[in-house]
Amino acid sequence: MDRGGDLKAVAESTSASALDPGRDTFPKLVRENARRLADKVAIREKDFGIWQAYTWSQYFEQARLIALGLASLGFARGDRVAIVGDNRPQLYWAVMAAQALGGVPVPIYQDSIEREMEYIIEHSEARFAVVEDQEQVDKLLGVRARCRHLQHVVYDDPRGMRGYREPGLVSLAELSELGKKFEVSHPTHFDAELARGAADDLAIICYTSGTTGAPKGAMLSHRNLITTARNAARFESLREDEEVLSYLPMAWVGDHVFSYAQAIVTGFTINCPESAATVLADLKEIAPTYFFGPPRIWESILTGVMVRVEDAARPKRALVLFFLRLAQDIERRRLGRQAIPLWQRLLYPLGSLLVYGPLKDNLGFSYVRRAYTAGEAIGPEIFLFFRGLGINVKQLYGMTEASVFVTIQRDGDVRLDTVGTPITDVEIRISDAGEVLFRSPGVFQGYAKNPDATRQTLEGGWIHSGDAGFLDHDGHLVIIDRAKDVSRLADGTMFAPKFIENKLKFSPYVREAVCLGQARPCVTAFINIDLTAVGNWAERRNIAYTSYGDLAQKPEVYELIRGEVGRVNASLAEDEILRGAQVKRFLILHKELDPDDEEITRTRKVRRGYIAQKYAALIDALYSGQDRVQVEAKVTYEDGRTGTMRADVVIRDVGTPAPVAR
Amino acid sequence: MNGPAGPLLEVDGVSVRFGALLAVNQVSLRIRHREIVAIIGPNGAGKTTLLNAVSGFYHPYEGRIAFEGRDRTHLSPPDVAALGIARTFQNVALFKGMSVLDNIMTGRLLKMGGSFLLEALYWGPAKRQELEHRAVVEQIIDFLEIQAIRKTPAGRLPYGLQKRVELARALAAEPKLLLLDEPMAGMNVEEKEDMCRFILDVNQEFGTTIALIEHDMGVVMDISDRVAVLDYGRKIADGSPAEVRSDQAVLDAYLGVAHE
Repeated sequence: MDRGGDLKAVAESTSASALDPGRDTFPKLVRENARRLADKVAIREKDFGIWQAYTWSQYFEQARLIALGLASLGFARGDRVAIVGDNRPQLYWAVMAAQALGGVPVPIYQDSIEREMEYIIEHSEARFAVVEDQEQVDKLLGVRARCRHLQHVVYDDPRGMRGYREPGLVSLAELSELGKKFEVSHPTHFDAELARGAADDLAIICYTSGTTGAPKGAMLSHRNLITTARNAARFESLREDEEVLSYLPMAWVGDHVFSYAQAIVTGFTINCPESAATVLADLKEIAPTYFFGPPRIWESILTGVMVRVEDAARPKRALVLFFLRLAQDIERRRLGRQAIPLWQRLLYPLGSLLVYGPLKDNLGFSYVRRAYTAGEAIGPEIFLFFRGLGINVKQLYGMTEASVFVTIQRDGDVRLDTVGTPITDVEIRISDAGEVLFRSPGVFQGYAKNPDATRQTLEGGWIHSGDAGFLDHDGHLVIIDRAKDVSRLADGTMFAPKFIENKLKFSPYVREAVCLGQARPCVTAFINIDLTAVGNWAERRNIAYTSYGDLAQKPEVYELIRGEVGRVNASLAEDEILRGAQVKRFLILHKELDPDDEEITRTRKVRRGYIAQKYAALIDALYSGQDRVQVEAKVTYEDGRTGTMRADVVIRDVGTPAPVAR
Repeated sequence: MNGPAGPLLEVDGVSVRFGALLAVNQVSLRIRHREIVAIIGPNGAGKTTLLNAVSGFYHPYEGRIAFEGRDRTHLSPPDVAALGIARTFQNVALFKGMSVLDNIMTGRLLKMGGSFLLEALYWGPAKRQELEHRAVVEQIIDFLEIQAIRKTPAGRLPYGLQKRVELARALAAEPKLLLLDEPMAGMNVEEKEDMCRFILDVNQEFGTTIALIEHDMGVVMDISDRVAVLDYGRKIADGSPAEVRSDQAVLDAYLGVAHE
């Protein structure tokens, strides 16, 4: 491993962070797009079954009216605006409207429960909220009594809102009307406010749902986002004619950068799906050229494909499986820089004709020029599957605190185990403790009202990522685990839980895994099965089940998962450093880990501390040799109510192969 | 209440007889504009029969039914539908092989005119008409949040969704009065909550008057403005949920003496 305080990888510096004062904020850039690309489609939304398109000039005009409407309600520079809802053009306009008046949008996850929403609204001191529909209005009205600053709630979808008489509640349509009236009496207000904006004003506060403690609000300036979005767009040669599907939560910095910052900087088109349930169908209709998906999205697409393959007639299934294996085999050799046998090269075009082409078309990936996965490690099988089809999926490494982009795998330099090289203007360094540090123009302005956390993360312009990793011989960054999670077993063996969990999650049957072992004699694991994949598996074997909890405790399912864990152990046995940390015992949890129960974050990161506390009884049972245990679990419903469920959980042992002698 | 004065539907002393069996015995019921009325009662109390009489499927042996102040006692089901009364069925009655979209489009049939030839060629007025109807249907799809299953054959859907599609088809007729026969039978708690919300939203957004038969007391008490109770073909109570809940005759006959 290459480690050391002075090792650096610096991409060539081509751009300065100096920004033209006429184009140094997003609203100014949108104004420019409205002139330069007036009739080009900026944003589409599928509504009433039809893709409705809005051009850049409409984008600007709509946002302007919303801004004027907000101004008529007394919006002042620096005011925070909570934005809550699915990806909707109106909400993206509201983001720009807030920025145009010198305000700061604060997007919040739309599936947050009241308590989480209350925390962020109170902490950010939001005076305004722009939300999608009745569901969100209900939550906000619920928290308003306890949020001193929140005065105005604006909603887009008027459905079900007829009977609401609460003060300070106004529809977006009414707000735009107010805006028109306000403009008559204040004709220069909007332009004047827009002109006052500057590059170093805050552009957004993204609350990151940390795996420990309360969410922290990462503050990013216009300069951070414009420079980083532009650098990454140049690094990857993005074009004006890109099509993007905006389906990830607006509260996540990734969506903000892909669907807002980069869309504005490059002028490409974003597409909002009809509803969360129609994303895959909409993906097929839009056929994006530029696509981003965290590993779980790629996994679920793959699972969907495999389930349908399993259901196909035998000859078809055999044909598809043969060509899929061929493609993965070729791709594995290509990434490993090995020669590809002639017969494989000759067969690939036939596979394209019979399998890869039609499959890509069916998934909506026919036109993808570049696609990314990030956030977590992706399973090699999944990665090879999509790349084998000829889809240019690449890994990237990013953080909210860096305005996303740190490293990207370049075209032609894609590997299985790295996250690529630094993009333009990013410097990476590995600390003596093995932590990844970086510095870039995208480095954030600190956490809102949290100087302690800021000081811990940001030191002399360098961000402490909290990830343990190293730079390999070619300057590629490799991430091992969260630095604070890397620990030792009781006998001193190195234990990297996420590393093992990722290996477990590469199994199609395992949806989530939590490994335990710090200061313990051996490694044990909690498993969440994948209901779709295991459900299908069970149906095929005539195993009847009623619910997740019932299926999870079937002996056959335990046997299936035991096989999967055994496979992970076998692969761990081959690793010199980690062979001592194989999974000895496991149990399948009786319920799915859920962000509403605070067991994982909204971006599906495991909250170890909380789980250790909540499932202490299960952990004791794992280490005390019991083979079944009774649990009682508290579940939180979306409206904040709680209930209890009781279950009997079985524990099983797994064989741990001895290290292979070399 | 911004509807015209007078009840939307008046059922006056209606009896329905099957041979010697008097299924509905001199029931009178008034349903006002924009009201949600629940009809409850033990099995065999005559609830569905009463609904069938209103929708023209059975003809009363005595009594009178008036809709919007005019006598409609002896109309056929298509004529009743043309007046603006739509219904859903106790057992889902969809075209199982047709897509959800096509199923809902059939709800517009009564509003479609034009010649067979033009329809077949999809030309001129026929095309314009199809687009207009499709727009209405899309609004309903959006309203009931069934966008994801637009193209799915109805028979492949889970039961709860089929019920929702049936409601969509009934709404497609843009009815003034919506008759729902056990809209929540066989649903789980979550599906029931969704359905409640849709029923309330339909009532509020479109101003549709709703009469529903339902067994789930929680649902009935939550969403109805008024509850009518039938027992052995007779109406034994009629009033607000609170009144009905404390009515001794209802407790005895329907909720059952043995329970308390």
